[in-house]
Amino acid sequence: MSDRDRGRRRYGVLVLLLAVVLLASAAGSLLVGSAEIPLRRTLTLLASSQPSLERTILLKLRLPRILLALVVGAGLASAGTAYQSLFSNPLADPFVIGASSGAALGATAAILAGWGWNGGWGIGPLPLLAFGGALATVGLVYLIGAGGSRSSPVTLLLAGAAVSTVVGALVSLLMILHDQSLGVIFNWLLGGLSSATWHDVRYGAPLVGLGVLALRLLSRPLDALALGDDTVASLGLSALGLRLAIVVAATVATAAAVATAGIIGFVGLVAPHAARLLVGGENGRLLPASCLLGALLLLLADDAARTLAAPQEIPISILTALVGGPFFLLLLRRQSRAPGGLP
Amino acid sequence: MTAVLAAQGVACAYGDREALAAFDLAAAPGTVTALLGANGAGKSTALRALARLHKPRHGAILLDGQDVWRLRRRAFVRRVAFLPQTETAPWPMTVEQMVLLGRLPHRGWLLPYTQADRAALARALDQVELQGLGGRDLGSLSGGERRRVLLARALAQDAAVLVLDEPGAHLDLRHQVELFDLLRRLAHQGGTTVVLSLHDLHLAALFADHAVLLRQGRVLAQGPAAEVLSPDLVRAALGVTVEAVPHPRHGVPLIVPVTRREADR
Repeated sequence: MSDRDRGRRRYGVLVLLLAVVLLASAAGSLLVGSAEIPLRRTLTLLASSQPSLERTILLKLRLPRILLALVVGAGLASAGTAYQSLFSNPLADPFVIGASSGAALGATAAILAGWGWNGGWGIGPLPLLAFGGALATVGLVYLIGAGGSRSSPVTLLLAGAAVSTVVGALVSLLMILHDQSLGVIFNWLLGGLSSATWHDVRYGAPLVGLGVLALRLLSRPLDALALGDDTVASLGLSALGLRLAIVVAATVATAAAVATAGIIGFVGLVAPHAARLLVGGENGRLLPASCLLGALLLLLADDAARTLAAPQEIPISILTALVGGPFFLLLLRRQSRAPGGLP
Repeated sequence: MTAVLAAQGVACAYGDREALAAFDLAAAPGTVTALLGANGAGKSTALRALARLHKPRHGAILLDGQDVWRLRRRAFVRRVAFLPQTETAPWPMTVEQMVLLGRLPHRGWLLPYTQADRAALARALDQVELQGLGGRDLGSLSGGERRRVLLARALAQDAAVLVLDEPGAHLDLRHQVELFDLLRRLAHQGGTTVVLSLHDLHLAALFADHAVLLRQGRVLAQGPAAEVLSPDLVRAALGVTVEAVPHPRHGVPLIVPVTRREADR
């Protein structure tokens, strides 16, 4: 058996394993929540079609919440993977480079204006504004932090942090000026999987799916992009066109994730790095693995958010920041020490 | 003999800074052309212009008589492969994955790689003597091996023209000699047209058919390598006192620096 076959088999087994673990965790998560519904009772409830409060909890509260966690986790992870290649920067993720806060600003404006998801497959004013906001911030951060050949990875992070702060202030300002909606927006901003409904899943999933699929199709040029614009051009691709396509795809996934579940940081950072350790750096393999890991991470984080301080719920973004923040610092430290690391 | 790749009166600039002016070149098929000159003399700029990566302010780059900026990018890169001076991957990549990227011009960004691509991969790894290392991570290789991986990527591109920016950098003497032997063989036997830059004047004398001496963005001299590599021209281009001695076996002029050692005595 050649190296290649062995590699392919290893990858197949890994993805299968991840998928199985993910399915099992998703099924297990049906049992997690403030209302105690034991396993046997859960199975009976699912099998029967008799309406009951417990059945409603399972199907209308827990199931959409689980599905949304999977969708949002996969979306943020694939967007993070793409942003990292795009900026040739292992520290990039939707939250770090400001895409999440941009999407939040757009979504906040839409919510305050009373606009929603209506419009069939999720192409209503809310996702559009979230997408516009995210695209604008990513563009701005890119121009400041990655434009020119001499910019360093740190410049990008600083630009992301600065733009995020300004955009975050705008969100706060909007909230204060419309204080009757303050509670709603605040809950959603903190990473609101707790209020997940089938409505969120129905509108968020197609958009996230679209972004993820587009990124998977772009995975080979994405490999080349991390090597620099000259390399991309000398392989026959337009660096500018490619960057635009990838920014749009990654930002669609980010905007849909943020518009349904608020700002959840670091999933898009941790998942790609964990996936890279498992399957290597080739985006064709990395993206699927990263999606599965992102979904799993967010699902487990949400389970923890529901149980750790029960009956109180911990906003999920606090949990992901507690875990992901130190990971980010570790990466930053390793980067700046590596030969040829941060200049 | 008509040129495969030619530059006519090319001028390039970065912002206000002029990097190359009145650059003429006619690379004949099946030859090795070496661009020589001090750091900043314009070698890389000339190569990037030839590889259609830098659009000249003035003049034209011609591939088989056609203006390269009128060709579609894909059509161009199927015929001209480029090796950048430096390139780093920000995270792990396997040798195989890196070399297969050289098949992008043929396969496109979406279609799966075919047997032909695998064959090109195997042949390219063979040519740079990295056979069997396809599964290795780039980070685990030495600088010279990484350089050869990038060269293999350019070779896997199956292009009629190779534009190589310092292909010998980071290689030890044996691998330098083997690399230039390979390039010369590709040119003289396979009909590939090779344009490259290098600093080692001995290797230039041994392996280049045609040499171009650049100084401050302008061509100081060009012609058969043995003629261009004269002590006077090299001194003028590099600003260092040199003398030429004939190679004991091959007779080509070897340019050797003259130090102050005599004056010290």
